[in-house]
Amino acid sequence: MEKLNHIQGSIVSIPVNDIDTDQIIPARFLKVTDKEGLGKAAFCDWRYLEDGETPNPDFILNNPAYQGASVLVAGDNFGCGSSREHAPWALLGAGFQAVISTDFADIFRNNALKNGLLPIIVDADTQQQLFSLADEDPSTTVSVDVEAQTLTLPDGRAVSFPLDGFSKYCLLNGVDQLGYLLALDEEVQAYESKHPRRVATTA
Amino acid sequence: MTETGKPRTLFEKVWSAHTVRDQSADSPAVLYIDLHLVHEVTSPQAFSMLRERGLRVRRPDQTIGTMDHSTPTTPRNALGIIPVADAMAAKQLDVFSQNCSDFGIPMYALGDEHQGIVHVIGPEKGLTQPGMTIVCGDSHTSTHGAFGALAFGIGTSEVGHVLATQTLLQNKPRTMAVNVDGALGDGVTAKDIILAIIAKIGIGGGTGYVFEYRGDAIRSLSMEGRMTVCNMSIEGGARAGMVAPDDTTFEYISGREHAPSGAEWDAALANWRKLPTDDGANYDEEITIRAEELTPMITFGTNPGMGMPITAAVPMPDDEADYNKKIALDKALTYMDLRPGQKLLGKAIDVVFIGSCTNSRISDLRQAADFVNGRKVAEGVRMMVVPGSQQVKRQAESEGLDEIFRAAGAEWREAGCSMCIAMNGDQLQPGQYAVSTSNRNFEGRQGKGGRTFLASPLTAAASAIAGVVADPRRMLN
Repeated sequence: MEKLNHIQGSIVSIPVNDIDTDQIIPARFLKVTDKEGLGKAAFCDWRYLEDGETPNPDFILNNPAYQGASVLVAGDNFGCGSSREHAPWALLGAGFQAVISTDFADIFRNNALKNGLLPIIVDADTQQQLFSLADEDPSTTVSVDVEAQTLTLPDGRAVSFPLDGFSKYCLLNGVDQLGYLLALDEEVQAYESKHPRRVATTA
Repeated sequence: MTETGKPRTLFEKVWSAHTVRDQSADSPAVLYIDLHLVHEVTSPQAFSMLRERGLRVRRPDQTIGTMDHSTPTTPRNALGIIPVADAMAAKQLDVFSQNCSDFGIPMYALGDEHQGIVHVIGPEKGLTQPGMTIVCGDSHTSTHGAFGALAFGIGTSEVGHVLATQTLLQNKPRTMAVNVDGALGDGVTAKDIILAIIAKIGIGGGTGYVFEYRGDAIRSLSMEGRMTVCNMSIEGGARAGMVAPDDTTFEYISGREHAPSGAEWDAALANWRKLPTDDGANYDEEITIRAEELTPMITFGTNPGMGMPITAAVPMPDDEADYNKKIALDKALTYMDLRPGQKLLGKAIDVVFIGSCTNSRISDLRQAADFVNGRKVAEGVRMMVVPGSQQVKRQAESEGLDEIFRAAGAEWREAGCSMCIAMNGDQLQPGQYAVSTSNRNFEGRQGKGGRTFLASPLTAAASAIAGVVADPRRMLN
């Protein structure tokens, strides 16, 4: 995972509540055995017309003015539904570095953080302000400071967002959690010696 | 209770018995995982990561694989083989076979006598037991909570963590008691309970919580019914749902392939009986539903929280005070091509799907078969019945259920996720309406442009016969 400390980028909004991971990446794209090529299928059924190829001119991500946006502002409860990690892979593949919402589904939030896609939780007023800003001026940019846990709006207002210390450490240092768990091998062995396995699938 | 005598919830007991390291200000808890279920769709990148880092699977003996998501459910050919027409799916299944073989993980391949949906085979093989921690790269892992296990879905990175270390980093969730008191009326089932709960709290209402389902109505459910309820916890935002184990649980487990036996059974039983929440234990949140007020439920919109009693009318967006919710409702009704205030009863349908990890177990199939026995699926309606596992399929066939379904004009399929996920050839055509016993009515979930009404197997069977959305209570013998 790459280190992530600062994000400076333009915003694009999809002001829809409860965007589920089936919308972010439909199941028919989950037959891959790697993480490649999912970006072009992000929001596939909203982004393309019925043929699955022709861009839907009414969908915001196809609007030329918003090309290159790296921060997605979404409605409440983003990423609900399926646990597919293909959702953050697709969003990263589509060029996003952060998603802003009032709330994220638990599994999506975990998956995003493990891939360096930053989920930023803001209050409803800030969310509405960002919807309006994105709508009025496609060149609106925001900046994010991971260390300080702040999102700075074009008017200079810095909004704090929550981020657990462990995820923050991993993002800032570009390390993943597996290394941490592997280093606990002795503790896991000690646990296993006191807790015999409950079932044996190989029996 | 602990030595200090502080009353604890079922969740707290299971959680604290599995913490290798407690949560601190700096890091989440490290939770030990008793059972890891893997399938072909969310595991390949995790196995690739193991290879890149030169890691082994720490506990293949606590891991089991099955093929379910991308597998076709078309009948076997003359050689007894289920052909996989989709080249990408075939490759994914091959990669999965190779991964399980290379890393020593027992795996049930497509068509194997033990193969089936991951959340159906765990319980039916006796692998799912009270007090365990169980994970899988699938959000419906919450199903296993029906046994008093702490079971939840994880992403592919976490699949890799569990494969390599048998542990997970987890922040401790909050607890919510979900009380369902009283008795269910005729024609009202476990599926209606959970659809009513989600309609009440909303699709994000349980985010950050583990549910514990309690009350007479939950106690009176079979294990299959409890699995249906726990299965859809995630549709209310909760990663896990649990039911305290009782004699119904123990009776279900007893004698199954991986169930303890003899003295081990007695020891296990003594431990399992200590799991239910102590009197006086506190939950962070509590809600209560009266079972006798419940009716058959159906969804009208594009997420599982958009549900209502089957006799009700589709809500009016203009009545919605919250602007964003109004927009969401408008968008959902447009996709579903439904009018505000419209009743769904009598709405013509194209497909009925009975299956998925929510409702594909033997009791679900018995209920549906009993309803369609001697009746005919309405002209122009396609009814698919997809057993959750090969074992369920054999059991159903031994009881003649397949013949009842075929005689009624329904399709009897091989086991798998089928039209719940629509990545295996089973899918709706654009614009079609389906009454489905699965768990998600998201846009395109059952096929691009397809429209899903979620309901119980009984409501689905009644609708198949009527050819329209139908209230099973009006057609019960």
